[in-house]
Amino acid sequence: MALAFDMGLALLVLVLAAWTIRVQDTFSAVLAFVALGLLVALIWVRLLSVDVALTEAAIGSGVTGALLLGAAARLRPTESAIAPPGAAWCTVAGVLCAIITAGLLAIALLLPDPAPTLAPQAMASLPQSGLGNPVTGVLFVYRALDTLLEKVVLVLALVGVWSLALDHVWGGIPALWPATRPDSTLTFLAELLPPVGLLLGIYMCWTGADHPGGAFQGGALLTAMWLLGLLAGVRAAPATGRLSLRLLLVAGPMLFLVIGLTGFALAGAFLAYPAGYAKALIVVAEAALTLSIGVTLGLLAVGPAERTRSP
Amino acid sequence: MTSAGIFAFCATSLVGLGLFGVIINPQPLRKIVAFNVIGNGVFLLFGVVAHRGAAAGLGADPVPQALVITGIVVAFSATALAVALLLRLAKQTQLPTLATDVDTDGDLS
Repeated sequence: MALAFDMGLALLVLVLAAWTIRVQDTFSAVLAFVALGLLVALIWVRLLSVDVALTEAAIGSGVTGALLLGAAARLRPTESAIAPPGAAWCTVAGVLCAIITAGLLAIALLLPDPAPTLAPQAMASLPQSGLGNPVTGVLFVYRALDTLLEKVVLVLALVGVWSLALDHVWGGIPALWPATRPDSTLTFLAELLPPVGLLLGIYMCWTGADHPGGAFQGGALLTAMWLLGLLAGVRAAPATGRLSLRLLLVAGPMLFLVIGLTGFALAGAFLAYPAGYAKALIVVAEAALTLSIGVTLGLLAVGPAERTRSP
Repeated sequence: MTSAGIFAFCATSLVGLGLFGVIINPQPLRKIVAFNVIGNGVFLLFGVVAHRGAAAGLGADPVPQALVITGIVVAFSATALAVALLLRLAKQTQLPTLATDVDTDGDLS
């Protein structure tokens, strides 16, 4: 039964992927990509990686989908301007991709048995940190440097996006999707859902210490609620030059960095936590990071400033 | 045939389909979408490896899981930057293409 379910799931994912690649209309392709992301999240559940499933559904499918839909809507007028390649070129590309797929599959099926694993090591010292979720343990204890750098990458990507604004609107307000117009259903949802979504986001961040969830998943939920408010026109888009916004963006990474540096004084190494305080420090860092991630993801999705601050 | 085998096939096919899309779709936005399909495939392949490494009472090795979570977030950052570059290019040239023989004397104001 489970095997039949997995086969159906895999087949559906492949059909959606083929649709995403081959459909004529870009808007339809992006919609198929969002659906593909949600089904891939189901595969992650089947692979018993619930933390990844939540991240894939929230960020890989949700926020990425919002970003791509906005871009597809804007580029729609210019869509048919470019001619597709000929059949011969498609055949060559198809054969090449089939060879690569076959090679990868051979590698994946011929992996050594028993598989190497770091799970016992990850579980062995988890109790010292006071955490119950091994994935959060890896993210914030064993590989905390990766996680810190990843936050920096998010901020750097935002710097890159913002720097594409024209000079005279620098520090101005990002333009929203061209499809934005007053819509009673959208407005209703934007007023109804955020309280529930915000609560869920905070819960997801809090529960991440012991159960699937964490700063990214919680932050992405906050982003989703914020984008919903922006789309419906219930919330106004912030000026990118506002000081409070910029402080919010760097608050999480800064706090994490400060905690990491105090590790030198209190525990003898960068990003080491003093004994007994690990969980408390991680939860504090995660709370600040959730807020920063939520704001950063949202601003990445709405893009650079396109209007000046004063209307 | 096991579930892990099915998902390994699914993951590698996603990589192949995505690569095909990157090559044959002329529109840059479609290339970005196809690139994300490749990303999904690569992450899933890593997920299959994590699932094979299930031990110590866990369903999957937590280290690859944490790396994939990081990867998904970084992939989103890269996608956002690529889309922003593309929209600026389209604004500048009125034509979203990567071809180099296009007149690029767009309005800079």
